[in-house]
Amino acid sequence: MPLSDAMPALLVLADGTAYRGWSFGATGTTIGEVVFNTGMTGYQEVLTDPSYRGQIVVFTYPELGNTGVNPEDEESARPQVRGAIARNICHKPSNWRSTQSLPDYLKQHHIPGIFGIDTRALTRKIRMYGAMNGGISTEILDEAELLEQVQAAPNMAGLNLVREVTTSTVYEWSDPTTAVWEFNPDGTVKNGESLTVVALDFGVKRNILRRLASYGCRVIVVPADTSPEEILKYNPDGIFLSNGPGDPSAVTEGITTAKALLESEKPIFGICMGHQILGHALGAETFKLKFGHRGLNQPAGLTQRVEITSQNHSFAIDPDSLPEAVVEISHLNLNDRTVAGLRHKSLPIFSVQYHPEASPGPHDADYLFAQFVHQMRTTKQATTAEVS
Amino acid sequence: MPRRQDIQKILLLGSGPIVIGQACEFDYSGTQACKALREEGYEVVLVNSNPATIMTDPETADRTYIEPLTPELVEKVIARERPDALLPTMGGQTALNIAVALAKNGVLDQYNVELIGAKLPAIEKAEDRKLFNEAMDKIGVKVCPSGTASSLDESKAIARRIGTYPLIIRPAFTMGGTGGGIAYNQEEFEEMAQVGIDASPVSQILIDQSLLGWKEYELEVMRDLADNVVIICSIENIDPMGIHTGDSITVAPAQTLTDKEYQRLRDMAIKIIREIGVETGGSNIQFAVNPVNGDVVVIEMNPRVSRSSALSSKATGFPIAKMAAKLAVGYTLDEIRNDITKKTPASFEPTIDYVVTKVPRFAFEKFPGSEPVLTTQMKSVGEAMAIGRTFNESFQKALRSLETGRAGWGCDKAEKLPSGEQIRAQLRTPNPDRIFAVRHALQLGMSPEEIYELTAIDPWFLDKMQQLLEVEKFLKRTPLKQLTREQMYAVKRDGYSDRQIAFATKTTEDEVRAYRKELGVTPVYKTVDTCAAEFEAFTPYYYSTYEEETEVIPASKPKVMILGGGPNRIGQGIEFDYCCCHAAYALKGAGYETIMVNSNPETVSTDYDTSDRLYFEPLTKEDVLNIIEAENPVGIIVQFGGQTPLKLALPLQDYLRQVGNGSLVIGNGNEETAITDDQLPITKIWGTSPDSIDSAEDRERFEKILQKLNISQPPNGIARSYEDALIVAKRIGYPVVVRPSYVLGGRAMEIVYSDTELERYMTFAVQVEPEHPILIDKFLENAIEVDVDAIADHTGRVVIGGIMEHIEQAGIHSGDSACSLPSISLPPAVLNQIRTWTVQLAQELSVVGLMNIQFAVIGASSYSPQVYILEANPRASRTVPFVSKATGVPLAKLASLIMSGKTLEELNFTQEVIPSHIAVKEAVLPFNKFPGTDTILGPEMRSTGEVMGIDSDFGRAFAKAELGAGERLPLTGTVFVSMSDRDKSAAVPVVREFIDLGFKVMATFGTRRVLLENGLNVELVLKLHEGRPHVIDAIKNQKIQLIINTPSGEEAQTDARLIRRTGLAYKIPIITTIAGAKATVAAIRSMQNTTLDVKTIQEYCPNF
Repeated sequence: MPLSDAMPALLVLADGTAYRGWSFGATGTTIGEVVFNTGMTGYQEVLTDPSYRGQIVVFTYPELGNTGVNPEDEESARPQVRGAIARNICHKPSNWRSTQSLPDYLKQHHIPGIFGIDTRALTRKIRMYGAMNGGISTEILDEAELLEQVQAAPNMAGLNLVREVTTSTVYEWSDPTTAVWEFNPDGTVKNGESLTVVALDFGVKRNILRRLASYGCRVIVVPADTSPEEILKYNPDGIFLSNGPGDPSAVTEGITTAKALLESEKPIFGICMGHQILGHALGAETFKLKFGHRGLNQPAGLTQRVEITSQNHSFAIDPDSLPEAVVEISHLNLNDRTVAGLRHKSLPIFSVQYHPEASPGPHDADYLFAQFVHQMRTTKQATTAEVS
Repeated sequence: MPRRQDIQKILLLGSGPIVIGQACEFDYSGTQACKALREEGYEVVLVNSNPATIMTDPETADRTYIEPLTPELVEKVIARERPDALLPTMGGQTALNIAVALAKNGVLDQYNVELIGAKLPAIEKAEDRKLFNEAMDKIGVKVCPSGTASSLDESKAIARRIGTYPLIIRPAFTMGGTGGGIAYNQEEFEEMAQVGIDASPVSQILIDQSLLGWKEYELEVMRDLADNVVIICSIENIDPMGIHTGDSITVAPAQTLTDKEYQRLRDMAIKIIREIGVETGGSNIQFAVNPVNGDVVVIEMNPRVSRSSALSSKATGFPIAKMAAKLAVGYTLDEIRNDITKKTPASFEPTIDYVVTKVPRFAFEKFPGSEPVLTTQMKSVGEAMAIGRTFNESFQKALRSLETGRAGWGCDKAEKLPSGEQIRAQLRTPNPDRIFAVRHALQLGMSPEEIYELTAIDPWFLDKMQQLLEVEKFLKRTPLKQLTREQMYAVKRDGYSDRQIAFATKTTEDEVRAYRKELGVTPVYKTVDTCAAEFEAFTPYYYSTYEEETEVIPASKPKVMILGGGPNRIGQGIEFDYCCCHAAYALKGAGYETIMVNSNPETVSTDYDTSDRLYFEPLTKEDVLNIIEAENPVGIIVQFGGQTPLKLALPLQDYLRQVGNGSLVIGNGNEETAITDDQLPITKIWGTSPDSIDSAEDRERFEKILQKLNISQPPNGIARSYEDALIVAKRIGYPVVVRPSYVLGGRAMEIVYSDTELERYMTFAVQVEPEHPILIDKFLENAIEVDVDAIADHTGRVVIGGIMEHIEQAGIHSGDSACSLPSISLPPAVLNQIRTWTVQLAQELSVVGLMNIQFAVIGASSYSPQVYILEANPRASRTVPFVSKATGVPLAKLASLIMSGKTLEELNFTQEVIPSHIAVKEAVLPFNKFPGTDTILGPEMRSTGEVMGIDSDFGRAFAKAELGAGERLPLTGTVFVSMSDRDKSAAVPVVREFIDLGFKVMATFGTRRVLLENGLNVELVLKLHEGRPHVIDAIKNQKIQLIINTPSGEEAQTDARLIRRTGLAYKIPIITTIAGAKATVAAIRSMQNTTLDVKTIQEYCPNF
């Protein structure tokens, strides 16, 4: 607001469009792919989702930061975005769990943000012309100068960002969703024999791990470049391919690993990038959507039954490239009828483009975790039976 | 699933008259449902007693019964129509209750009618608190500690079990929480429990532990037959638990929930709708959230569309009622297209990129004796909604949309700050002005923490208000001309109106506007698109904001702008919205592109389907001018929306004249849309000129016209002081009617009988100022009042639309009296005199469009009846829809076309239509919501709505009107009569008729004496101070079935008032006028002779 002493900030898109607003969070200059998210809640989860690595997120809901931030709602150890764009920003949050204001949190993590701009105009631009690179700066307030830097930045297509976010070490995750937030206490397994899942980390969100743990899984999280042999050494009951940032086709090591794991005939479940990588492993291609799907209200399904899903992706599987004999489409995004889910025709392997773990977003698709667990149990029983 | 083929004919129930808690929103939902079902090829049969609705237009449904909404008469409709299905979820609690009654008494089974949308068990599970609590327990959703009681003893037992006060009392199966409240101690509790049990049609109350201070949320949920469930909208109440959501300031979406908390509510909502078993359609679920630890309890669920559904539909652009209707006949959400994006399916959850604020409008000033305190019982009579890109903008726009004289959240007039103590009291006890008390508290330097302690308003909102005050301080220290462009933008983005800026900078609104435009700071218009711009929107549903890009699309046709009526209030409600909708329909049909401007979310006019473009904006000079500048319409229609647009007529006219021949500047400054001056159309106010309107409203100008035309008027005068008033009163003689000039709905109008009363009125009731004089008229006692609606074109042709004879005598506000069309007792000479004067006056005032005139007739049945004109209004009146339904002539549509330049000749309407049937309009009064207020009718309008009774004779038509208004007239029993001295002799023939009809009559001493003297056999009943058992005992012991009690002007009336209040509480019909008693006798006679029958409006008016 010019009526206070907010610091001016500039946003320039690769096509030269400029928006002048004010700074929140860290000062400095940042460049990334500008994408928009239409969710009305869950900004903290979005900002900390590793899939947003390299991106600057426009929040279409104009009042940002109302509930502050809290340690429980982080999807990874830190904010992952390059920058944040808002219509209005809250410095005095109100929520019983809030421990810090959003501007302070971003400042602490050196993430610049800009507010006070016509975010709807910006969103409409991205919708019409597609996601493009952009830069936010509090130092460079000359449009031409910032534009030069923006245009020099690499394009998201072909970019492997997984290396920046995958875990460097193997670790085990066993924390389920806490009791107070558990929304399916009857469905999740509290006791019974635990299942071992190896999660290939392309940038995994914590809530995926929590949901797997809630359904009774011991999750071993491994780096994205872990070899198939090493993965199978854990003798997992199932393999999980996580979400992650950037262009899936550039994650060649992941695709190769996934291909090899298919041979093991073990249950595999992929989410978001995991879904795309599985697609590649099955021989399909991915393509970049004009502006992607980012929001909490995306309908997915085939006929009649609809799940409202949380989505966050730039790329999608090309349906024409799918090997029909091997795999079928289990879900479509009902807005644009792009592929939203795959199911292997003979093996316990499936994946979805959206986020059944929600966080943020609706829990409609949580059943997929139960489905994965069910497949693991069935497979395990069959194997045990064979052995005996 | 495709639509169901096994049903063809669907019965839809409306919600009846507008009452507090059930208003235009059900016209909106019912109209959408009718349209949606007919689109699918179903035959729709509609029952609704409210003539002022779009849904009862003969073209909305296939067969329309404007008949009382009682189980008995709806059964008759079923027997006659044999529908396959009944959709009970579109007509509020009224429709739901009737559906339950007909399902329970076997009528639906007997005629093989299927309930669609919600089945009986689901309705019962949602509505019966005990069943609801059991259901919630089953799915693990917490409810508030509570119990259900059917007696005072049971109530006490529950109170002991909960063990803590305050306790909340809510009667089962009532609308708007009628009869409920908060009890802070045992004594209050016992009193309220009894009132609640009495108010509930099933004699049942729910007692809850109070959740005062918890945050309140609502979710609008939709489900289809494939069990898909989506949330359409979340609403957060700024006013927390303890205040009815209808009386709370609310925002959408929820502002202070994290995603985890929001998803928890969403999960619960989905579980709830499934467990309750609402098969298809919309439901509204209310939650309370503990701000300290996030605990959630569910408060209630409405298994039907509601006021909140209407709000959610307008807030998101997702038409809930239309969708609910389609789901009810078998479609699934994924099979229906989103109207706005055209490409995506309806199976999604709307996401919005703006903030919506709704503010309720109250009418406590009309109900003296009733405390302006807000509780769990709804008391507001209307609401305004506003959209802005930030909370601050949306909040301030909403407050100025309310039209209560505020230009926003304060900063609009000099204020004397109350003391800290006063403010604390105002903050602690919820009241209509509490939001301004928050302002005063912040101004006094009270901390947000302390304000939170007192109000439980979430600190997030308080922080925003603090920010607004900072902006105000900045404005107050900055001279207007020193504001930079950026600063002006920042101020406008916080929702500050030009009027507020003018106040802060000590300039005028016009100066601010001129300077603002000089700086290039003009609003842009954004689209409500359901999807936060993710997909292209094809529906021009706009709101203003101060940003960079405007989304207004160019038009290929000439545009006409229709100004709506704003929030409902007593005196200005659905009737005006009806007229605005008709203008939109007619002008769209005539090749214009119609632009609707309104701020009322309950209405059909704010449905994006009604006009070509919808601007959801405050109806202020600033906001309307902005739209004119953005759209450049050829015409503006101001005469349909009631007083709201009418008040804008002159300022708009002045501005348009000032900017001259089309030199308006396009608002957004975008080069693409900039049009050169010579291409701009000249915007004109269509119809009767604002000057003519003014000449009819300005007492002195009007009198000159009447003198010229030789039309008689009651003796009158104008007073600018008490001394003036005394002189006038002496000249014309008591009784006199006194009122402030320029008011609507008879605000502060009184009949005074003496100097003392006049002094009291001038001292306490009104503020007398030189610019706002007091009008004084001779009160014509026992005169028959007549309402005339006429239509005139630019050639000077005038046609009478309808002449209505009032049942209640002149002196009762026309909006509160019943009336009959055609006239039942006026001789032809009188009617002809009225016709002649109407035509002359319309011609003299150069009316183009509608005009309403009120006359009073003295000595109608004598040899020399006298006709006087009371007032003339060259605009659409409250009675236009009633007249249209009664005569089959769409007056508002005709008037719109006439304003566009057509003539009556061209429209083929050249003769008054006098129907052969009788239509009676009756008013519905909200006295049951305002304890402590007397129930007598007077010159100040207090009714919230109206019904129509239509039949072949007056008695039956009147009986239907009474039934429709909720009065169950007895066919046998005892009538209690107590008359003022003025009326005692006039009561004799009426009482005689009652005795003829087999009624027993009871009277108090004085009245009885007069009746005995006239040979009537009447029992004595004691007045209150005369000993026991007295009349109140008789009422409570149900010894009395009908009360006729005319108030005396000057006497102390505490007895009479108590009698009337008790009668109201015991639901005994109370008649407060002789004329009303006469009509009642006629009605009872008709009902004794034959039972009431039903017939469609299409049959009554085949040429509609």
